[in-house]
Amino acid sequence: MAEHEPIPGTVKFDGKMAMKGYALNKMCYSFNNAENREAFLADQEAYMDKYGLNEQQKQALRDKVVLDMLAAGGNIYYLAKFAGIFGLSVQDIGAQQTGMSVEAFKEKLLRAGDE
Amino acid sequence: MAKIVGGLTSSHIPAIGSAIARDLFEDPYWKPFFDGFPAARQWLHDVKPDIAIVIYNDHGLNFFLDKQPTFAIGAAPEYRNEDEGWGIPTIPAFKGAPEFSWHLIDSLVGDEFDMVTCQEMAVDHGFTVPMQLFWPDFSYTDVATVPLVINTVQHPLPSPARCYKLGQALRRAVESYPEDLNVVILGTGGLSHQLDGERAGFINKKFDLMCMDKIVDEPEVFLDMSIDDLVRDAGAQGAEFILWLAMRGALGDKVKLVHRNYHLPISNTATGLLCLDSAA
Repeated sequence: MAEHEPIPGTVKFDGKMAMKGYALNKMCYSFNNAENREAFLADQEAYMDKYGLNEQQKQALRDKVVLDMLAAGGNIYYLAKFAGIFGLSVQDIGAQQTGMSVEAFKEKLLRAGDE
Repeated sequence: MAKIVGGLTSSHIPAIGSAIARDLFEDPYWKPFFDGFPAARQWLHDVKPDIAIVIYNDHGLNFFLDKQPTFAIGAAPEYRNEDEGWGIPTIPAFKGAPEFSWHLIDSLVGDEFDMVTCQEMAVDHGFTVPMQLFWPDFSYTDVATVPLVINTVQHPLPSPARCYKLGQALRRAVESYPEDLNVVILGTGGLSHQLDGERAGFINKKFDLMCMDKIVDEPEVFLDMSIDDLVRDAGAQGAEFILWLAMRGALGDKVKLVHRNYHLPISNTATGLLCLDSAA
């Protein structure tokens, strides 16, 4: 597998990550179905077991820490479906990943056109 | 013979779909974004396309990582929007053009672009949001559609040059169709944005404006760029600019800029609208 120069603060979701995160992403893909979202909320541990998540993936979801989910192989397009279950927007998860308040993160976006 | 009348670009952020559903057209946050579209709709009214080929990326609705095609194309009689997991209201089905799709497939594969072919296909916000923006109030049912999916979800992504060449092959495919049809090409997604990692919220206005300028008359400047270059300069999801390049490749050498609008931010994204006419 070709190595590439890392881009700071950016996880490149490549084959290596795709293998690592497969169970996690497959579970999140199931959340396209409303019944599956309800089943997950009804018993999160059982649902994670059903999809064969490893402990790192389970703990990242229990903690709702997006950077940990990414490190565990999560793909942002699939994680967005998990975040949606808890009403978290891309500003909420952006704020969390950058260690900012949601208000500060939104302000940063608004100011991105200033310079 | 069928001909390509021009191309349109638009961002395809899910939040836009929610804003449309909630009629936020005059809301101060949304107005500068929505105000870009009437000029493009007027152009569409003038050129009267019969078919829209919509180049987008699937975000985990029709495809999962079990089977992730690099290039895929729809050949279905209709395309439905479905639940993506977080509540954009689903909307009426889009009309397909299966015979035209199969002509494109025959031509593209003959031209060494080996497409995955889909006789059933759910279309997500990447497709539905631009269609709703250019054909408001569900008037998109007036035009037939062909969804064309390029992978931007899982690396390796196809290079900017490869996507541009796909567009060129798409032009040859359209122009060899025997019926007199007007075809418009939509390149969706972008511009700079990043949703994941410590660099979430990354926006690069200078790079975006360069992209909007150069893609009109000098698209070849992008052909030496790598995907990593795009991720670095436009953010992890800003690599969706390859979808714009595929559109541009289909328009031929000379185009006329009819209209443009750049506005940021919408959600975490800098948005770009271009309306390019092929009859330069």
